[in-house]
Amino acid sequence: MSTEPLIRVVGLKKYFGDLKALDGIDLEIHKGEVTVIVGPSGSGKSTFLRSLNLLERPTEGEIYFEGVNILSPSANINLHRQKMGMVFQHFNLFPHMTILRNMTLAPVQLHKLTKQQAEEKALELLERVGLKDRANAYPSQLSGGQKQRIAIVRALCMNPDVMLFDEPTSALDPEMVGEVLDVMQNLAREGMTMIVVTHEMGFAREVSDRVIFMDEGRIVEEGSPAEFFSNPKNPRAKDFLSKVL
Amino acid sequence: MERLFQAIREWFINLAGKFQTDFIVDNRWRFLTNGLAVTLEVAFFAVILGIVIGFIVAIIRAGYDRSRDSAPVRRKKGRKRSGPVNLRALFSVAAWRRLGRGLFSFANWLCKVYLTVIRGTPVVLQLLIIYFVIFGSTNISKVFVAIVAFGINSGAYVAEIVRSGIMSIDQGQMEAGRSLGLNYIQTMWHIIIPQAFKNVLPALGNEFIVLLKETSVSGYIALEDLTKGGDIIRGRTFDAFLPLFAVAIIYLAIVMLLSYGVSRLERRLRSSEH
Ligand SMILES: Nc1ncnc2c1ncn2[C@@H]1O[C@H](COP(=O)(O)OP(=O)(O)OP(=O)(O)O)[C@@H](O)[C@H]1O
Ligand SMILES: [Mg+2]
Repeated sequence: MSTEPLIRVVGLKKYFGDLKALDGIDLEIHKGEVTVIVGPSGSGKSTFLRSLNLLERPTEGEIYFEGVNILSPSANINLHRQKMGMVFQHFNLFPHMTILRNMTLAPVQLHKLTKQQAEEKALELLERVGLKDRANAYPSQLSGGQKQRIAIVRALCMNPDVMLFDEPTSALDPEMVGEVLDVMQNLAREGMTMIVVTHEMGFAREVSDRVIFMDEGRIVEEGSPAEFFSNPKNPRAKDFLSKVL
Repeated sequence: MERLFQAIREWFINLAGKFQTDFIVDNRWRFLTNGLAVTLEVAFFAVILGIVIGFIVAIIRAGYDRSRDSAPVRRKKGRKRSGPVNLRALFSVAAWRRLGRGLFSFANWLCKVYLTVIRGTPVVLQLLIIYFVIFGSTNISKVFVAIVAFGINSGAYVAEIVRSGIMSIDQGQMEAGRSLGLNYIQTMWHIIIPQAFKNVLPALGNEFIVLLKETSVSGYIALEDLTKGGDIIRGRTFDAFLPLFAVAIIYLAIVMLLSYGVSRLERRLRSSEH
């Protein structure tokens, strides 16, 4: 069973009323893979990512995570979400809690770690992203780049098997993009499975194992970054690349 | 001119005499102080009861509204399940889920009925019904009845305040909590409610002020609150002016004090960042 993918998506569709946001997505994500999803605005990238941890309920299709169909009525989604970290465009830190509490809340509440273990782990993670001295600060006292680095380590505190990123640098001032991408690159190097929606083509080219191009709710091109950037086959992908590069 | 002066003088002398009979004789001022204590007691505990009820109702209502947004998975008809499934486990978990959802929408319906009835009928009537019908045959403390009645009444208004407070919290907060694996209740309790509570604190202060004045109808169940206290003095001394104005001034002073507190709180909350 070593070839069993970490995530397997079959025929995923999502409608918002009459609007078809996802139009049949099939995809396998293997352990340790870094997948970057690109595509024009409104192509369904966010909807797809948010479907993976059921922040959006798909209308149709199947999602297997670690071999379990998480859309089956008997699946406990809260349990699966503990293994899927998510990083949002707008950070979504909890403004009424210190950084340390932001990070330790979930592992302690869900009895994954004791309070002391969680704090040790949080401090260790903070050290790795160079923010140990801000442990007792509140989110409002941090810059955008710092907030996003905290959001990443907050998710890591749960020891997830996969990390989902939805445009993690799009809300940042340009000079802060680098510090967040660095953290993500290190994470990739350590072998974390990552699915990243981003407009950062440099990151896609250098860090990812695979690039997926979405258009109108479908995956229309998929390949290694080298293939994708030098020789896109789909005309829409070509058009997209000519605009962003 | 002379006669006018004389009239005013007499009026004041008269007033001093009335003050004597209204408040000093037989320690009648105690009707006011005891009444004030009752009024404050009823309003204080009623607002606490109202906040508890209001939060529960608001959480149910907000949760129901949001859960309806995410439609359930539509499944293709007649598709076979792949792989071996423990049918019994599947059945039981799914059955519990269905039961949970059923209870949830029943609770939501109950909340709606509660809000409609309480906000659609006068508070005096609610007080009378609770005293004479619900607790009718039992010998029960009137203060307790008043707290229950005004608490239940206030809960309906607090619920709407809190619901708007919950709705004003960025949806991303709920998503962040849920994405970490916290369930709905845990996310509400640790993440949404503390922020919503801070946002609605001034509105809850105003609710307390409103409630304080509303308890003045407690006399309908012969509870001796501040208003009733003034009215008792009026009945004994046959002077309406001084006792009723004294009562009015006491209410006004308390309300002004509380309003000042609320606006200070509002300013403090606005300037603090977390
Ligand atoms: N909650 C929602 N209700 C209704 N329509 C939605 C909702 N969320 C997304 N959509 C629609 O679904 C389509 C796909 O949106 P999605 O956010 O997934 O695109 P995206 O590829 O992430 O775009 P962007 O690059 O702008 O973030 C869009 O047409 C969008 O308007
Ligand atoms: Mg998006």
